[in-house]
Amino acid sequence: MNTTDDQASTQLFEKAEKIYPRRVKGNFRSLKWVAMIVLLGIYYGAPWLRWDRGPHVPDQAILIDLVGQRGYFFGIEIWPQEVYLLVGVLILAAVGLFFATALLGRVWCGFACPQTVWTDLFVWVERFVQGDRNARRKLDQSKWTLEKVWKKSLTHSIWLVIGMLTGGAWVFYFNDAPTLFDHIIHFDVSWTVLGWVIALTLSTYFMAGFARENICTYVCPYSRFQSAMFDKDTLIVTYETERGEPRGKHKAGTSWEGRGHCIDCTACVVVCPMGIDIRDGLQIECISCGLCIDACNEVMDKVGLPRGLIRYDTETNQKARQGAGRTYSLDISHRKASDVTSAVTEPAVVRQPAIKEKIRWIRPRTIGYALILSVVGSLMLGAILTRADTEVNVIHNRAPQFVRLSDGSIRNNYQIKVLNKSHDDRHYQVSAPDLKGAQITVLAAGDRPVEQIDVPANSVGEFRLMIVVPPAGSDADKRQDIAIVLKDSQSGKETFGDSYFAR
Amino acid sequence: MSNKPSDKNSAKNSADKDIDEPTGVETTGHEWDGIKELNNPTPRWWLIVWMITIVWAIGYWVVYPAWPTINGHTKGIAGWTQYGKLEAEKAQIDARQGEWLTQFRQSDFATISANPEVYEFARAGGEVAFKENCAACHGAGGEGKVGYPNLNDDDWLYSGTVEGIHHTLKVGIRSGHPEAHITQMPAYGPMLKVEEIDDLATYVIDLAKGDKAVQTPAHIRGEALFAANCVTCHGEGGVGDRNLGAPRLNDAIWLYGGDREAVVQTITHSRAGVMPTWENRLSEDTLRQLAIYVHGLGGGE
Repeated sequence: MNTTDDQASTQLFEKAEKIYPRRVKGNFRSLKWVAMIVLLGIYYGAPWLRWDRGPHVPDQAILIDLVGQRGYFFGIEIWPQEVYLLVGVLILAAVGLFFATALLGRVWCGFACPQTVWTDLFVWVERFVQGDRNARRKLDQSKWTLEKVWKKSLTHSIWLVIGMLTGGAWVFYFNDAPTLFDHIIHFDVSWTVLGWVIALTLSTYFMAGFARENICTYVCPYSRFQSAMFDKDTLIVTYETERGEPRGKHKAGTSWEGRGHCIDCTACVVVCPMGIDIRDGLQIECISCGLCIDACNEVMDKVGLPRGLIRYDTETNQKARQGAGRTYSLDISHRKASDVTSAVTEPAVVRQPAIKEKIRWIRPRTIGYALILSVVGSLMLGAILTRADTEVNVIHNRAPQFVRLSDGSIRNNYQIKVLNKSHDDRHYQVSAPDLKGAQITVLAAGDRPVEQIDVPANSVGEFRLMIVVPPAGSDADKRQDIAIVLKDSQSGKETFGDSYFAR
Repeated sequence: MSNKPSDKNSAKNSADKDIDEPTGVETTGHEWDGIKELNNPTPRWWLIVWMITIVWAIGYWVVYPAWPTINGHTKGIAGWTQYGKLEAEKAQIDARQGEWLTQFRQSDFATISANPEVYEFARAGGEVAFKENCAACHGAGGEGKVGYPNLNDDDWLYSGTVEGIHHTLKVGIRSGHPEAHITQMPAYGPMLKVEEIDDLATYVIDLAKGDKAVQTPAHIRGEALFAANCVTCHGEGGVGDRNLGAPRLNDAIWLYGGDREAVVQTITHSRAGVMPTWENRLSEDTLRQLAIYVHGLGGGE
């Protein structure tokens, strides 16, 4: 190790340089605009969708009712007891992400991640007010003129308004949107709502306005463990080194012989929202947004070379190409005859057909992810489709386990919780068919007959039961497994709650 | 920073100035095994925070109780005390319970047991009070133990109605309260012979067996003894007498155990369990809630 290395190694901190992404046009940029409009449209609009569930129940299509302890998602309704479905959703989300990554690389990062989408929106605002890359950079470096003041304050005001709308939309998912909106415009909101709006306003403002790509590079765990999902057949943004190098400035009209196609215009670098040079190869910062592809294609069009110097490709294809030498499939019809005939560095390989480029979509990895997705998906579908609208939980009293009465008969006490998940009031009849001669009494105020346990719609009824069984011989089981049966008085449907009877 | 060397030792200082080579920072001159301490100033942000905390502390002394004085402590202009906080929180709880508590106070037991909401309110309060005051003897669920009645069953020494339970709770048993249940079974040890007690025990144990009892000679002798000594209080056939707190003997429930040894012990020495009076220890509200809770354990009449 020499001294320079020593000195370099003491430099542990590098100040992050501000990135000024330049505007770019192209297919991927258009895709990103579409993704942004659709995703933000869903985020801001979804709470306003209505879904008729009948009386007693909210009519908001997507609602997390924390006070009422219910989750609504269109036709699906979730009680706290069914939060395991949320686990399923999280597994689906995670494995879905892995699946997409294995196939297409970090498309989530590049097109759909909220961090990317909001940052994109904020950069758009920045450009709208302050101008493109160079104008923004100049403005940042300039003194505090009146122009700078108004441009900067306008940018930050718009950012804050977007942040506020983001926080505002968030709280609508937890409250009835029209009602809450009415309260908000009358400044009549709870501190909880206000707190969330403020928190999300500020977090959006800081995340998309300031932290930006640093979140992806330093904070987000996903960008770090992406490499675990990548393989040689994953689509990544690549620079075709074989074709591009040696790079160098190119004067119009001069020959392309003996040099690469990269004209070192740095268009791919200045448009990059992550501030990297894709020509250095795959990097942990790369979010696969494809903006450098757009930028490079634009330049290639201008200099009259085929597109695709930077493009989505797999490592397998890259390797194959390298092995075959410079075998890029080049449409050379438009080039001057002299160029073609005297292809110097590559011994006539240009003429050969390009290597067969293909993407292996079906691989053990993708099959595995697809399998997990379908298994979890079908389990969840099954759970949702077979969901019972009555559930009964039986808790056997343990202090004491049982009581001996004067005539020698044995009594057990139970607490039952009856979940009526339907949207109608229900009446149930309680019985314990496993116990011979059992007498069941409901312990409650007033005379509540066992035949008539009422549970209002969409609620949980709690009842205390006494079951008395006549004296049995000493050979009777100390502990007998029983089921408490609730029979719906109208439909006759029976619901079972498992418990036991102690002697 | 302001350590300007005085004239006297300036020459010495400048010569002594020990500059750490890699960082270019002066050291304090302290050295431990070749390791020197750099004389870096405290970070500015730290200094500012420290000063703010000093100002904060002074403000705290003014607002809150802080310093001990000879006969107490400084009170602070906010007048805050922990007791005050406790009282305020208690008032909050009372306010939360307010509506139910008012309804509960205005209703008699019959009204309460017909109103599910007030009933559950009372029961919940009773459950808490039970766990705090009664569970030590009667068990967490009122299941009792030897000498301490099980409150879940349908056998009551005095009364199983909610009013009766309330009264028992209030006055206690042999508690010294003027109205307490004080009836007492005599010890038959000095009055009967050992064999007679044995026969009596046979009869009493047979009483609990009901029809299944065998008419042994001991049983028949015991029956005669029972008629002569016990029937006044325990009644014909051992049906018991709640006015006297005389337990029913012809059932399956024993307070002190139903084996021969325990029964002989009871007859010979008598038993005199004690339950304290709760009249002045718990509020009337709590007593009534307790009565409702115990009554609702399953054996209430």
